[in-house]
Amino acid sequence: MNHTSALTGPPAAKRVGRVLTYRKAAIASLFFPPAGIPALIHSIKASRLAEQGETEPAREQGEKARDWAWYSVGVGLSVYLVAFMVWLLFTNGGSVRKVFLDWSILTSWDAWHSMLKGFWINVQVFLIAEVIVLIWALVVAIVRLLPGKACRPIRFLATVYVDTFRAFPAILVVYLVGLGFAQAKVPIVGSFSDIQYAILALSLTYGAYVSEVYRAGIESIHWSQVAAARSLGLSYTQTMRHVVVPQAVRRVIPPLLNDFIGLQKDTAIISVIGVLDVVSRARFINNARGTLAAYSIAAFLFLCVTIPFTRWLEWLQRRRQLRTEGGR
Amino acid sequence: MAFLEIQRVYKKFGSVYVLSGISLDVELHQVVCLIGASGSGKSTLLRCINALEVIDDGVILLDGDRVSGRGIDVDSLRQEVGIVFQSFNLFPHMSVLDNVTLAPRKVLGTSREEAEATAMGLLGRVGLADKATAFPDRLSGGQQQRVAIVRALAMGPKLMLLDEITSALDPELVAEVLNIVRDLAEEGMTMMLATHEMGFAKEVSSKVCFLDQGVILEEGPPEQIFGDPVEERTRAFLKRIVDAGRL
Ligand SMILES: Nc1ncnc2c1ncn2[C@@H]1O[C@H](COP(=O)(O)OP(=O)(O)OP(=O)(O)O)[C@@H](O)[C@H]1O
Ligand SMILES: [Mg+2]
Repeated sequence: MNHTSALTGPPAAKRVGRVLTYRKAAIASLFFPPAGIPALIHSIKASRLAEQGETEPAREQGEKARDWAWYSVGVGLSVYLVAFMVWLLFTNGGSVRKVFLDWSILTSWDAWHSMLKGFWINVQVFLIAEVIVLIWALVVAIVRLLPGKACRPIRFLATVYVDTFRAFPAILVVYLVGLGFAQAKVPIVGSFSDIQYAILALSLTYGAYVSEVYRAGIESIHWSQVAAARSLGLSYTQTMRHVVVPQAVRRVIPPLLNDFIGLQKDTAIISVIGVLDVVSRARFINNARGTLAAYSIAAFLFLCVTIPFTRWLEWLQRRRQLRTEGGR
Repeated sequence: MAFLEIQRVYKKFGSVYVLSGISLDVELHQVVCLIGASGSGKSTLLRCINALEVIDDGVILLDGDRVSGRGIDVDSLRQEVGIVFQSFNLFPHMSVLDNVTLAPRKVLGTSREEAEATAMGLLGRVGLADKATAFPDRLSGGQQQRVAIVRALAMGPKLMLLDEITSALDPELVAEVLNIVRDLAEEGMTMMLATHEMGFAKEVSSKVCFLDQGVILEEGPPEQIFGDPVEERTRAFLKRIVDAGRL
């Protein structure tokens, strides 16, 4: 029973007690010495101990070498990245810092006042546009899902709208709506203010996106729900209203609010039709003072809105997950 | 003239006939059981009766009134014909009470108070009064199916269609659902049920129909169908059921 055949290879005993020394990883991690040196030391210790047959302590050292090697990636890369940015900021006698973070602007009350006034317009535009989009997109989605031959033309129109407005860059829609409607004296909307045009243009663009989100949500409701509702005598409209749409809306709230982050940021493009929003005002300051610091303020203001919104969204999703996992 | 008359009904999916000339009469207060192998068309027949499927030929009469084909008011038909599905299909975003009262309020225009009073009465009868405010995902399968039955009953139907309503349930939950069906039968509710519960079919039905490949191969009182079936196919089917220990 003691013979080894060529097929079984080396005896199993040799594999037992193998130690991982992470030598290559330790050497590579020397690019960031504070972590790389400990990594290398532990790695060397690991191989020493392994040679002496001290398998368990050797493994211990190997693990430590690996941990340090990871530190050099995680910490080292960040340190170098931050250092690079600081260097950019102060190189050329601090010109980068001056352009983006000019203290005379950043600490000027007038600049902040003007920028906030401009940003308030952006906020108004996206709040109103969001409410409009919420309703308009649902209408479009429902029209696209109308059943039957008779509704084919209207379904087709809705499809054309969604396809085209998703294809147009938003800035183009803002131009066409904002400048074109007024110039052509289009009935009803010809006398809108610039801000109203901005809202209209963004609502049209985002309505197309969000209607697709709604549509996906509605289609994700299993047909057996419709069968159950219809079998109770509810009409198509009642079924949509009370059974399908409420469930669909609950499902699509996270992706829908995700699109709203895009909408909030895209309010920056309404400056092209002369709305005195935050970007227009940054441009004035830039022209007058020759510094981009006002744009930095604008960027910061968008951050102040978008980041809390994103966190809130994540919280919403997490809560939803908890709910569906743990029942209601 | 029977209460429900199904006359030479054909139904095809694509080019395949799932129902190929079904004729069947159901008298008022009768309980008719549909048995047959999987895929024989039991569900399809029930769905055709309350117009969830459109039939390709033949005619269905309810109380002497045509309820299939062109120009019928499907919503008013469905007020009179309730259906309960194998998979419950409760509305997950509504409480039990709202599930039950939705149709009476929106379709019949019953006031909320009245609809809720009726609903609570029915829920009490099936032992679920304390679950009125619960949401469906908090209920067991048997409880959900009882709610689904109550939801259909709340519309005051004259005919109930039950499509394998215990097939999705754990064995120990089957009885609580079947008891309700038994009660309904005793009260004289007209019912058609597709079922694999042969023992129950034998017990409650006035008539048993054996469906095979889209036709009613054999029909008769339960004693005859289960005790002395004429058709070879029926015998073979019942033998399979007995061998599987389900009769
Ligand atoms: N919507 C549909 N589209 C295409 N084929 C269908 C559809 N619904 C049912 N069928 C087919 O029709 C046949 C009969 O189905 P049906 O559900 O009526 O059978 P059943 O007797 O209820 O079977 P089971 O006991 O498994 O419920 C099956 O072959 C099924 O695949
Ligand atoms: Mg079936």
